[in-house]
Amino acid sequence: MSLDHTNSLDFSWAQHRADRERIARPSLSYWQDAWQRLKQNKRALISLYLVLALGVFTLIGPLLWTIDPSQQDLNQISQAPALAKTAVLVEDRSSWVVPIDQNHPEVPLGYPDTLDPVGELQTEGDPTIHYVRLTWRPVVDAGGYAIYRNTSAPEGLVNLGLPLATLNGGNLVGFEDRLNLKSEPYYYSIVTTDGYDEFEAVSTIIVTPRQSIKRSEAIDRGLVSADSAEIGGEVTLSFHPFGTDYLGRDMLARLMEGARVSLFIGLVAPLIYVFIGIIYGGFAGYFGGHLDQVLMRFADFVVALPFLLFMILFKIAFGIGPGENGIFPMLLALILLLWPATARLVRGQVLQIREQGYIEAARLLGASPSYIIFRHILPNTVGVILVTLTFAVPSAIFTEAFLSFIGMGVAPPTPSWGSMCNEGVKTMLSHPHELFFPALFISITVLAFNLLGDGLSEALDSKMRARG
Amino acid sequence: MGRYILERLIGGIITVWFIATATFFAMHAVPGDPLMNEKAATPEIRANLARQYGLDRPLAEQYLLFLSNMAKGDFGISFTQQNRRVNDIIKDHFPVSALLGVLAITIAAAGGVVWGAITALYRNRLPDIIIMSLVILCISVPSFVFAALGQLALVGLNQWFGVSVLPVAGWGTLAHMLMPALVLGLGTMALLTRLMRSSMLDVINEDYVRTAKAKGLSKTRIFTHHQLRNAILPVVTVLGPQVAAITTGGFVVEMIFAIPGLGRYFVQAVQQLDYTVIMGTTVFYGAFLVLMVIVVDILYGFIDPRVRLR
Repeated sequence: MSLDHTNSLDFSWAQHRADRERIARPSLSYWQDAWQRLKQNKRALISLYLVLALGVFTLIGPLLWTIDPSQQDLNQISQAPALAKTAVLVEDRSSWVVPIDQNHPEVPLGYPDTLDPVGELQTEGDPTIHYVRLTWRPVVDAGGYAIYRNTSAPEGLVNLGLPLATLNGGNLVGFEDRLNLKSEPYYYSIVTTDGYDEFEAVSTIIVTPRQSIKRSEAIDRGLVSADSAEIGGEVTLSFHPFGTDYLGRDMLARLMEGARVSLFIGLVAPLIYVFIGIIYGGFAGYFGGHLDQVLMRFADFVVALPFLLFMILFKIAFGIGPGENGIFPMLLALILLLWPATARLVRGQVLQIREQGYIEAARLLGASPSYIIFRHILPNTVGVILVTLTFAVPSAIFTEAFLSFIGMGVAPPTPSWGSMCNEGVKTMLSHPHELFFPALFISITVLAFNLLGDGLSEALDSKMRARG
Repeated sequence: MGRYILERLIGGIITVWFIATATFFAMHAVPGDPLMNEKAATPEIRANLARQYGLDRPLAEQYLLFLSNMAKGDFGISFTQQNRRVNDIIKDHFPVSALLGVLAITIAAAGGVVWGAITALYRNRLPDIIIMSLVILCISVPSFVFAALGQLALVGLNQWFGVSVLPVAGWGTLAHMLMPALVLGLGTMALLTRLMRSSMLDVINEDYVRTAKAKGLSKTRIFTHHQLRNAILPVVTVLGPQVAAITTGGFVVEMIFAIPGLGRYFVQAVQQLDYTVIMGTTVFYGAFLVLMVIVVDILYGFIDPRVRLR
């Protein structure tokens, strides 16, 4: 038998290959694997993007949207979300004088039995929310006129609405209304009187005042330059994409400022108390025995405290000084009450991991307890801790919102989403957007963190990992 | 079983003592003192008031007095409403909160079990997707928003019918209670639905279910006797802690719907810094919650005999 025949055989010598032992697929670390699985979970991925978007909204938003959240735009109070509105420039102080018809007597000559309604009732100039000017033709024998205003149509002499003024003089033929006007239709009714009593004679006119702004105010706010500011000219008012609140403050700017408060509490409080819980639970679990018994007994007591009652109690106990915003007391109260949950969880994990072979090996090699805890045990609990942290964020945000809602949270004027809801709920019927936007932001944040937590716990679950 | 109950009760009493102590020292850490309001006009009046409330004694003595009064079940007299004992306040207002809570938890538990079972049976089909989306919505929207929306819905309903179908606020008849209880129970219902769904999914393919199917039992009987009964156990365990969530969550609902419950009273007392009322209600609520958890645990022992053996 010679080796020359090799080629004709069914088998051939294997070539020596350097990459014989090569692993076909790249090896994945725990985190790479988890990340891959998270990426496949569409809901978790969307919520991750949402969380990132919230971060951008909170941190970069105020750089782009530079309106001061505490500045009051008194021309646009409780404004619903809308495109930028224009307004007419009006003089600072109305210089209108009530016109007097010189050809007409002031006091009627006799005592009339009937009087006519006024004629030619019309507005003089553009009606604006700063003033509505009415003029009319005097009525023979009239001794005066009573002016009424209503937001719904009157029927004859019924439902005339708000009595604005009674003019005593038949020759007074004009009236200027400057009383709390809005840009909506009004029904003005002029009732003719004999100087004492109102007669059954009424003229009604519908007037819709235009949005207007005082000249000096517009220049102050920088809406228009002093040279080009002409009375009667048009200016564009500040733009409020999310509307304004009941004090005329820009909702978008306040939502951004509120996001900082709400997310700060929502992120920092869980970070701190989860950290405390890790240390506490880690040591209790690792050392076990009496120390564990005592530490966990104490944690049980703290868990038994009625949470919201003690949140409120601690909040008063820490007190809010004048000029403080009350964020720190809330943070402290949250931390004091919530650390035991993580401590229990970490302790349970540590108790399991403690019995693993590699811990025994480390101990045999002479590793110190703190080395074993921080190097071997805690890294193995990171997955569970991360999931806890994700779920802790929405509950902290809820707590903040709840406390601010009942007036026990962040002190005004500092906005938080909860306190904005509190303000919004009072005007929810007439201006629903003041409640809607902060509530929406709370809901989206909580939803995003909840879904992200669900996704993370699935992605980090080692059982799922084994299943591939 | 008797020994178990006794142990739990002793543990509960120690917990209540801890709650009382924490309450006492938290209240004494409050800046200022309870007599800072306008009633204490002169130093003499202040001194008299301090003596009346025992505030002139050393802290340790006050603490012991507080504990012994608490043990006797005496919570003292209100600071803002003179002549009104805290016990009377609790007696007047707690039944309202309790009734609302019971109604809410009943709605939540019944709803949670039913919806959870439906989602598990129709897993990944339309009913499951719809219900689970609603559940996520209910978990994500704060309770006060639901309360506000609930009230708004009542206003709309009454306007639509032209008569007052359900009262918008207040207390008294069952009609007053329906909407507040529903709003209060909504969050818990969502939580229980989730829990019920996952525990139902665990149970649905168990061997005994297959055996029952093989024996030729009807679908409904398998559902009611084999699946539902086993799946319901985890729901019962979380009911205890959920009672706590519901009673304290009641604050907002009581405020918005103007219900004269203890929660609203507590918030009022906090705003007026009525010390004895705050301390009394906190300890009372704490004791109540501890008791509820123990009761649920013991009930659980009856439902699931395996627990008793441990």
